[in-house]
Amino acid sequence: MDVAAGHAIPAPGAKRARWRRKLRRVGFALSVLVIVSPAILVFLWMLSLSLKNEIDNLSYPPVFIPSQLTLRNFVQVFSENSMGLYFWNSVVVSGLATLVALAVGVPAGYGIARTQAHKLTVLILIARMTPALSYLIPLFTVFQLLGLSNTLTALVITHLVITVPIIVYVMAGHFETLPRELEEAALIDGGSVWTTFRYVALPLARPGIVVATILAFIFSWNNFVFGAVLAGRATRTLPAAVYNVLTFEQLAWGPLAAAAIVVTLPVLLLTIVIQKEIVVGLTHGGIKG
Amino acid sequence: MNAAIAPPAPRPGFLARRRRSYLLFAVPALVVIGAVIIFPWAFTVWMSAFDWRIGSVAHFVGFDNYAQLATNKRFLESIVHTFYFTLLAVVFPLILGTVAALIFHREFPLRGMLRSIFTMPMMATPVAVALVWTMMFHPQQGVLNYLLSLVGLPPSLWVYSPTWVIPSLVLVEIWHWTPLIMLIVLGGLAALPTEPYESARLDGASEWQLFRYITLPLLAPFLIVAAVIRTIDALKAFDTIYVISQGGPGTASETINLYLYLQAFAFYNVGNASAVVVVFFVIILALALLLLHVREKAKWT
Repeated sequence: MDVAAGHAIPAPGAKRARWRRKLRRVGFALSVLVIVSPAILVFLWMLSLSLKNEIDNLSYPPVFIPSQLTLRNFVQVFSENSMGLYFWNSVVVSGLATLVALAVGVPAGYGIARTQAHKLTVLILIARMTPALSYLIPLFTVFQLLGLSNTLTALVITHLVITVPIIVYVMAGHFETLPRELEEAALIDGGSVWTTFRYVALPLARPGIVVATILAFIFSWNNFVFGAVLAGRATRTLPAAVYNVLTFEQLAWGPLAAAAIVVTLPVLLLTIVIQKEIVVGLTHGGIKG
Repeated sequence: MNAAIAPPAPRPGFLARRRRSYLLFAVPALVVIGAVIIFPWAFTVWMSAFDWRIGSVAHFVGFDNYAQLATNKRFLESIVHTFYFTLLAVVFPLILGTVAALIFHREFPLRGMLRSIFTMPMMATPVAVALVWTMMFHPQQGVLNYLLSLVGLPPSLWVYSPTWVIPSLVLVEIWHWTPLIMLIVLGGLAALPTEPYESARLDGASEWQLFRYITLPLLAPFLIVAAVIRTIDALKAFDTIYVISQGGPGTASETINLYLYLQAFAFYNVGNASAVVVVFFVIILALALLLLHVREKAKWT
């Protein structure tokens, strides 16, 4: 480009080049602002709605900074609606579904990585392509036959649809990146395949397990439709409760926004914890549930 | 992986035995996957051959459910809605995600923090976010119409208008999933070789030419992967549509997934809904394979 020859051009040209560089930097800063602002603004608006009283929330033009900060919306959601119960349901369902998935998924990931049995991951891919609703019809029917409808057990079982593929997929990828020399040494020293896995591979895989656990938990937590269809009055998970119980007919915008924050805040906090690793976990095959 | 550093080969029988014991590791997961993924699949295909409402006796009807779907106007319209939604919800995140990736590929202050903020929507609970968007779409008190008025545009009915409901829902989808595309493309950018750029610069290529003739072709495989993932997800979109518009107004935003939900869990029309699932899966599979085929072709040109 002509800028490269800048030093040969007399003073006015150099000045123009500097101006152009400055203009470019401002332009770049503006583009960063434009691309990031929708993300931040929606969350800030959510926060703003939850901290304002109803007068502020319904005024036009909209009030962005609350005229009077209030936590009443949060108090109302927890005291008048059983948000505490729904929160606990979500913790139990996502927690247990993640634990069971870890128990079966981590060894499976190891087996796949060490035998290069990639055909098994095709199964996972097909699971990824299937709409979640299509699991629900058969499982719904079976749970009715077994008398499990409206129980947390049914929900935990269904959430395995989300958590098992994520954990198998992430762990298979992770075990493949681990060096095999230590395991070979342990095997030659007479260790069994199981003890090698348990005492050599597993401790090394801890970072991968953390990422897999958090991703599985998040996508299970975020799931709406399983809870909406399978849960009863007392077994609803948070996302299902937010939709079914806290409706626009019954509640004002403030409490609804407060509920939305209660649902999504744990997930955002977890995201911050594994920020860097999440990128790897998500982009290697895009495993969203 | 690396043959050079592998220890002296043990006897073949030993290896085969070990392979078998490694495969045993996958058995518990296979049992679970069989129960919650394979079984529902087989059950669905089987049920699609029956006329069955929950609470009544099932009748075998063969391919009747499929034949009915082929002439069901509401179902056929839902396919059109799905394709329209998917087209918009793939193209826009792909373009915006690529632009965002080009921006985040450069060094600038606070880059790490800004990138985390940018990726936050991707992890947020869809239902919670949909609730907030519903408030933002409100024609009278919503903040979006206020923003339109600030730039001198007339107010919109957003999700209350049959013509605008799908583009409005796509707006939420763009907000939600552009970060995933950005991350995939960013991974692609990090893997690009530097030599072609150096020689092109020496030849006097402009920034645009560098992007158009070097970056874009090299990124193509990543863009295709991103497009496949986005297509699958957009076809499957449910939460935001269900919470924000319930398929309305009327049936203006009723996608296949929404239609499926109503058939299965509002009318308990299990046989019919199962047939919808099978057709739906074939559509998803066909589109994914089509895109992968495009990738194979792109490799040869």
